Amino acid sequence: MLDFIARRLIAIIPVLTVVAVFVFLMLRLTPGDPAAVIAGDNATSDQIADIRTKLGLDEPIWTQFVIWIGNILQGNFGESFFFKKTVAELIAQRVEPTLALAVCTLVIAVTVAVPMGILAAYRHGSLIDRFVMAFSVLGFSVPVFVIGYCLIYVFAIELGWLPVQGYVRIGVNFWGFLERMVLPSVTLAVIFVALIARMTRASVLEVLNEDYIRTARAKGLSNRVVLMRHALRNAAVPILTVIGLGIAGLIGGAVVTESVYGLPGLGRLTVEAVLSRDFPTIQTVILLFSVVYVVINLLIDISYTLFDPRIRY
Amino acid sequence: MTDLKRPVLEVRNLSVTLPAGADRVNAVEKVSFTVNPGEIVCLVGESGSGKSVIAFTIMGLLAKALKPSSGEILLEGENILAANESRLRELRCTRMSMIFQEPMTALNPVMTCGLQIDEVLATHTQLDAAQRKAKIIAILERVKLPEPERIYASYPHQLSGGQRQRIMIAMALVLDPVLLIADEPTTALDVTTQAEILKLIAELQEGQGTGVLFITHDFGVVAEIAHRVAVLRWGELVEMGPTEKILSRPEHGYTKMLISSVPSIHPVHRGVRKDGPTVLRTEKLGKTYSASAFFQKTRVVKAAVDVDLDIRKGETLGIVGESGSGKSTVARCIARLIDPTGGKIFLGDTEIATMPAGKLRPHRRRVQIVFQDPYRSMNPRITVGDSIIEGPMNFGLKRDEALARARKLMETVRLDPNSLDRYPHQFSGGQRHRICIARALAMEPELLIADEAVSALDVSVQKQVLELLDEIRVRLNLAVLFITHDLRVAAQICDYVAVMSKGHVVEYGSAEQVFGAPKDDYTKALFAAAPGRNWEFGKFAAA
Repeated sequence: MLDFIARRLIAIIPVLTVVAVFVFLMLRLTPGDPAAVIAGDNATSDQIADIRTKLGLDEPIWTQFVIWIGNILQGNFGESFFFKKTVAELIAQRVEPTLALAVCTLVIAVTVAVPMGILAAYRHGSLIDRFVMAFSVLGFSVPVFVIGYCLIYVFAIELGWLPVQGYVRIGVNFWGFLERMVLPSVTLAVIFVALIARMTRASVLEVLNEDYIRTARAKGLSNRVVLMRHALRNAAVPILTVIGLGIAGLIGGAVVTESVYGLPGLGRLTVEAVLSRDFPTIQTVILLFSVVYVVINLLIDISYTLFDPRIRY
Repeated sequence: MTDLKRPVLEVRNLSVTLPAGADRVNAVEKVSFTVNPGEIVCLVGESGSGKSVIAFTIMGLLAKALKPSSGEILLEGENILAANESRLRELRCTRMSMIFQEPMTALNPVMTCGLQIDEVLATHTQLDAAQRKAKIIAILERVKLPEPERIYASYPHQLSGGQRQRIMIAMALVLDPVLLIADEPTTALDVTTQAEILKLIAELQEGQGTGVLFITHDFGVVAEIAHRVAVLRWGELVEMGPTEKILSRPEHGYTKMLISSVPSIHPVHRGVRKDGPTVLRTEKLGKTYSASAFFQKTRVVKAAVDVDLDIRKGETLGIVGESGSGKSTVARCIARLIDPTGGKIFLGDTEIATMPAGKLRPHRRRVQIVFQDPYRSMNPRITVGDSIIEGPMNFGLKRDEALARARKLMETVRLDPNSLDRYPHQFSGGQRHRICIARALAMEPELLIADEAVSALDVSVQKQVLELLDEIRVRLNLAVLFITHDLRVAAQICDYVAVMSKGHVVEYGSAEQVFGAPKDDYTKALFAAAPGRNWEFGKFAAA
């Protein structure tokens, strides 16, 4: 087990190397000059050249890469071109709303989707089942921002139950924080509810056809016990897998959701950084996302062993 | 079995309706029988005879598509066909229990065996945790599991097949039900394990006076365990009576046909010739699997060790052994579906064990395999005609020539040549087997390997396929390598037999010699375990 974790952690190194090279090259090979953005519309070409020199952008591309990697290995993620802060400070400021959004979304998605999926599987072919399936299709196909604006219109503007936009830090005012997290989390959760409910339904349906379910019924157990004790745990591994994959999608969804609800999180930071060609910030945020993704999937893989004793690493 | 006691189970006029569009109206048609206390009644029939449907109807576990339409099922006088779900739940495992065919899949893989039995007690009794544990340990001892404490805490995958079936039996009998339904409980087990489980069931039911409804397709098992036998065909009970009478003096034509199809365990004298040229010879053939991981000790499994075999033209060599003995490994090495890790394989004069894939290709034609499951070994989206001609065309035959050959082969395997444009699912199991044989023969091989090729077939179909294989061997003067776990089948078709155990050939000789006077202890144990070995199944003229 420890051996497995060690190997998986070591495997992060090549992943990050590939991501680093790819992001670095992509940014520099796409059109758009950060110096021109910083200098503004009325700048002369001399001023732009000065800024380029100051930022180190006049060096050959490989020199820039080596300097960047060297700094990262020393724990220095560089300074933002645009925000006049170190990237580390910037991320520390922006991480809370995104983390909060991700956690709330996951909690909502799992607590809604798993019971929905189980119910649909148990009442296979019934009205409930068809409702869940229809909801899944809808949840997949409606874009996040459409759901966001619809929810804002109904719950914030028409009913006035919840604030439209903005963010309050969890430490400042907990109720204010919760109030402002509800709509963004629900918005982002819709697609995950669709995904996880569907997977849960399929997985439980498959398990319900297994011989040991028949054995459990032959023992005289009630339907509830058969479903919760025998079926669900056996169905867990594919559901966990889909949750793990979903977290990657969460990052993409966070970018849109944070923009719709004006949350000052990493998603919006990414958008702002891209628009202003803020190379150090983009690179660091993407590296961070990669690390999170790999670590989450490692945790998911480890959690399999809790559900299935046959899985040993 | 005293007449004073009322039967534990009485099935009266039971009919179960199949969903519309099935091949017949009723899965079970007006079936009546009884099971008395302390009695073992065998329901025998081929696949589709409705024997499992009867079992599931009694337990109330029928699939939703099937509906009991008439009759009564009396469990100690109570009509349970009319009982509601909660009453049925009360009865399950307390008055009636069931054990299933495949003990691996019948147990929940993510729960310890102890907990799975504990559930039964927690559901049906008021015992506290310590009392339940004591009762479970006691029943684990009764089913003769070693180290009950360890077994209690084990997961199903940590036990052997026989041990898992013992857990199922323990679970079924822990509350001393009056009726035990056993649905092919030993079919998935090796023959030596099967013998032990049969013995255990007989002992336990005798001790407790349990009535047993035992479902099987195997007349060897019937001869071994049954007091009375009921023979089913297409959902109808055709004949019922005491075991001795049914097996030796069957009245119904179908029963006669079934019993006559059971292969004898005594080899037929086939006049072994030793003159044909050697088609295949292996020299110290070996296959070792090793799994290595970082920081871990390499695990080595020796699937086949120093296997020396030879087959001449026109001969059948059988490899018999239990699961994990290495018999299929040897077959797959010879066909080079897997690469051997040691030794030599001579196909005629060509050594192919170490031949690289590119050079091997022209020789592939010379060895063909027929697998166990004819449905899964055919591509469901390709017509059987295309399946048969694919190989020959790959080796350069023109399409119309290959088709002509396919038509001829369909006749050889006694199928209609005009059905070449049909798909595999449009044929029955036995027909698909013939198609697989035709496909193998289309390559005009020198060696035909049959890997458990008749094991999944009903005994009457099995008989036909065996006869066909033998006829083809004679007609084409083929060399056949026949892999089987079934000693009866081996006795009927093999000239020579190699007995394998744990990767080694433990005994190798002519069929008459191996079956008549086995020398190795393992071979002897294998024969001693064969169900119904003391019973010579008569050959009755078909009615």
